[in-house]
Amino acid sequence: MKSSFDELKLDAVTRRFAGAGGAAFNALSELTMTIKRGEFIALLGPSGCGKSTALNCIAGLLQLSDGTIMLDDTRIDTLPPEQRGFGMVFQNYALFPHMTVEKNVGFGLRMRGVAASEMAPRVAKALKMVQLTGQEHKLPGQLSGGQQQRVAIARAIVIEPPLILMDEPLSNLDAKLRIETRAEIRRIHTELGRATIYVTHDQDEALSLADRIVVIKDGAAHQIATPQEVYSRPANLHVARFMGYRNVLELDVESEEGGRVALSGPGIRLTGTRMLPLSGRRGCVAIRPEEAVLADAGTTNTIAGRVANVEYCGRDSLVDVLTPAGTLLHVRSARAPQVGDPAHVHVPVERALVYPVT
Amino acid sequence: MAAAGAPLAREPFDRTLLLVSPAALFMLLLFVYPFVYGLWLSFTPKEGGALANYTHFFTTDNLWPTIWTTLRLALPATLINVGLALPIAFKMRVKTPYQRWVTTILVVPITLGTVLIAEGMLTYFGPKGWLAQFLQFFHLYDGAIRLTHNYTGVLISLVISGFPFSFLLILSYITGIDPGLARAAATLGADPKAQFRHIYLPLLAPGLAMCFCLAFVQAFSVFPSAVLLGSPAGPTRVISIAAYEAAFEVYDYSLASAIAMIMGFVQFVIVVAVLGLRNLFYRGPMIGGKG
Repeated sequence: MKSSFDELKLDAVTRRFAGAGGAAFNALSELTMTIKRGEFIALLGPSGCGKSTALNCIAGLLQLSDGTIMLDDTRIDTLPPEQRGFGMVFQNYALFPHMTVEKNVGFGLRMRGVAASEMAPRVAKALKMVQLTGQEHKLPGQLSGGQQQRVAIARAIVIEPPLILMDEPLSNLDAKLRIETRAEIRRIHTELGRATIYVTHDQDEALSLADRIVVIKDGAAHQIATPQEVYSRPANLHVARFMGYRNVLELDVESEEGGRVALSGPGIRLTGTRMLPLSGRRGCVAIRPEEAVLADAGTTNTIAGRVANVEYCGRDSLVDVLTPAGTLLHVRSARAPQVGDPAHVHVPVERALVYPVT
Repeated sequence: MAAAGAPLAREPFDRTLLLVSPAALFMLLLFVYPFVYGLWLSFTPKEGGALANYTHFFTTDNLWPTIWTTLRLALPATLINVGLALPIAFKMRVKTPYQRWVTTILVVPITLGTVLIAEGMLTYFGPKGWLAQFLQFFHLYDGAIRLTHNYTGVLISLVISGFPFSFLLILSYITGIDPGLARAAATLGADPKAQFRHIYLPLLAPGLAMCFCLAFVQAFSVFPSAVLLGSPAGPTRVISIAAYEAAFEVYDYSLASAIAMIMGFVQFVIVVAVLGLRNLFYRGPMIGGKG
């Protein structure tokens, strides 16, 4: 077990499960990536996509069906979890209910045979880091959800692991606490200077925390990139849909020129930016509601329609515009129009992303 | 808000509580009354003062040692049952294709009565039983095999009939422990042995104590197998045999009641001692955090 490392290499990591009727299916197929020290990686995807499987494979709680995991020059995928020495924070915290906060946090040190005299200051330091000083002698059952969560983090970091694995650690907290703890997790990550792999289904969490995001769907990594890249240039339509491109229109391709694509459909003429080579005469344009605006008639690159619904959201409103052809578009708008008003939805050419039809 | 000092309104009587009455009546008629009657009976001996039966019991050479005889059978049988059931139940806690089969096979003896088990054991373990014939045929063991009509026979029968009970009880306790706790312990460096010692065992301890008590009470009241498989005149003259003789051979119901009371008292002492130990351990939910 080492406390530091340079690179964690996942090579074609695959995990198969026996599915219904005995047929095997890939919960995770051929995940290949390299994680450097100090990096914060988010595994992002809808529930059941295989992101927790990936995390459990790295932790050693699940065995690989194929592939290898290397920590620098050591192959670790054949080691049991207790010999990998990664800290893990579980979704339901998995605190030991019969041990006090202090004993919970000290457990990893005890398993490593750390002397009692050395243990106490290290436990105290970890508890201080998660701001739980003074709660040492409580049992987990006496703590609130947020406090339990922080005990779980303290328990994982006290052993000073090279890698911290977090499995949706915030999903059981309320909205306010979630945002606070999120900042806390990022702070602790920076303070420790180790690597963190963080599983979440929440794109905001992934965007705000991670240095790199791995978007997973159906067991496969669809994009591995920085938050900016994933947010503004999704690798494919799946990623786009998941990253909040709520408007996806399938249209005819009229012409392509230098990355710009002219598209048309019933009552729609639109120019967009090509993201992937198009095959065939049809293409899908993906537009984020925040990047479309309600414009005046006569503006270029617009789609005309009528306001079908307005949802007030505080800072702005979410406006649904129904085109004559029956397509519903979602637009974020600072001003709230009346239902039934004619509307023109404008999208900048570079923010109308065109993908092949899948 | 009620005015200061005004008495708090009383909770209205919850009429659904009346649904308990049939069960309460049942307890009263079939448990409390016979017990109190027996207690009273034990203090009204045929002759002598109120304590005559008890003095008789503790001064008669074929009565008071039955306590030890019974303890000598019941305690080892209980320890063996709980001790065997724990590792097997631990292995069976994860769902595997074999789990159902193994569990079924282990539990079958619970459906057989003690008499049936005794019958089977007499043919199987007896001096000319299958086991003896098998061992002698293959010359694995040529000495005389005496596994029935003695202490061993009764002990084996107590294990056969008592094991499934302990096993099922412990299995239900073990499966109630969140397996995520052991996984968490593993990521913190605990090998399977340490996981068992630091996570499962402390969380199981109260359940094991409970299981011990129930298994012990069951074993302490051994009667049919002590008669059929033991030597009821000697080493397996258990306390229930003494009570039976007093009641149905001497027709001294008063003495029999006194023996039953002593039997109950011994069980009570052991159970209280074990449950007292149980309080030393954590008792509470066996999951860590939000489920």
